[in-house]
Amino acid sequence: MVLDCKHVWREISNYIDGDLDPSVRASMEKHLANCRHCAAILDSTRNIIYLIADERTFSLPIGFSERLRARLESELEKSEPASR
Amino acid sequence: MIARVIAGERELFYGLIKPCERAVFLTAYSVLKSEADAEDVVQEAVLKAYKALSSFRGESKFGTWLVKITLNEARMRLRRSRSESEVSLQDFMDDGDGDYTPAVLTDWREIPSETLDRKELREVLHRALTELPEKYREVLIARDVREMNIAETAQLLGISEGMVKTRLFRARLLMQKIVAPELRAQGRKG
Repeated sequence: MVLDCKHVWREISNYIDGDLDPSVRASMEKHLANCRHCAAILDSTRNIIYLIADERTFSLPIGFSERLRARLESELEKSEPASR
Repeated sequence: MIARVIAGERELFYGLIKPCERAVFLTAYSVLKSEADAEDVVQEAVLKAYKALSSFRGESKFGTWLVKITLNEARMRLRRSRSESEVSLQDFMDDGDGDYTPAVLTDWREIPSETLDRKELREVLHRALTELPEKYREVLIARDVREMNIAETAQLLGISEGMVKTRLFRARLLMQKIVAPELRAQGRKG
């Protein structure tokens, strides 16, 4: 199976997740070995996923836990605990 | 433990929600794309969960239940704040073919994770995420930030696994298109 660049882009996400039929995967790897544009797109996409998964990228705002607890305490003081 | 919280041991409730804080915050943020609004919604959702504890049957994990409540709260908040025209645009963008062409690069020099200590790099990633349509952002945060699997993501968002994969593919390519050129420039600076 010969894949063109657009087919490769469509499958990049599944390729990264290891969610491809072995024959499609083999065709992609063949294409990627010979197409530096698609190889760069794959590398950059994978790198971006790696960066957004890092906890430093999307961390809780400073003081989040303290404010949550303070709000809970203040609201719960006003009402009785839940009961069956 | 839930029964003890209901019986009045409130301190235990704080222990229950602590491990879920990041998950609920990110879930609200994925819908609202504002840290302040997300934090406010989390507070509302946690209060709601506390008041509804007696209806928690333990069929799912407590964290999953709390995330679901947060997602619903965030979506309601968004619906209230968004005009009709914006709703239509969002729906159109989800079902349309759109432009999912990635940024074409001739080479890519990997951006090492140490560079995340630089505020401007994190800002590029945040800004790009806010540019995604809501439905793509929800899937991307669930899959690639919270690292949930396809089945969990589908269940949380109430969509099929096939739809998760389609939205994820679009979200990832849009992220690549928006941020790769900027990250490459930052990589050269570093």
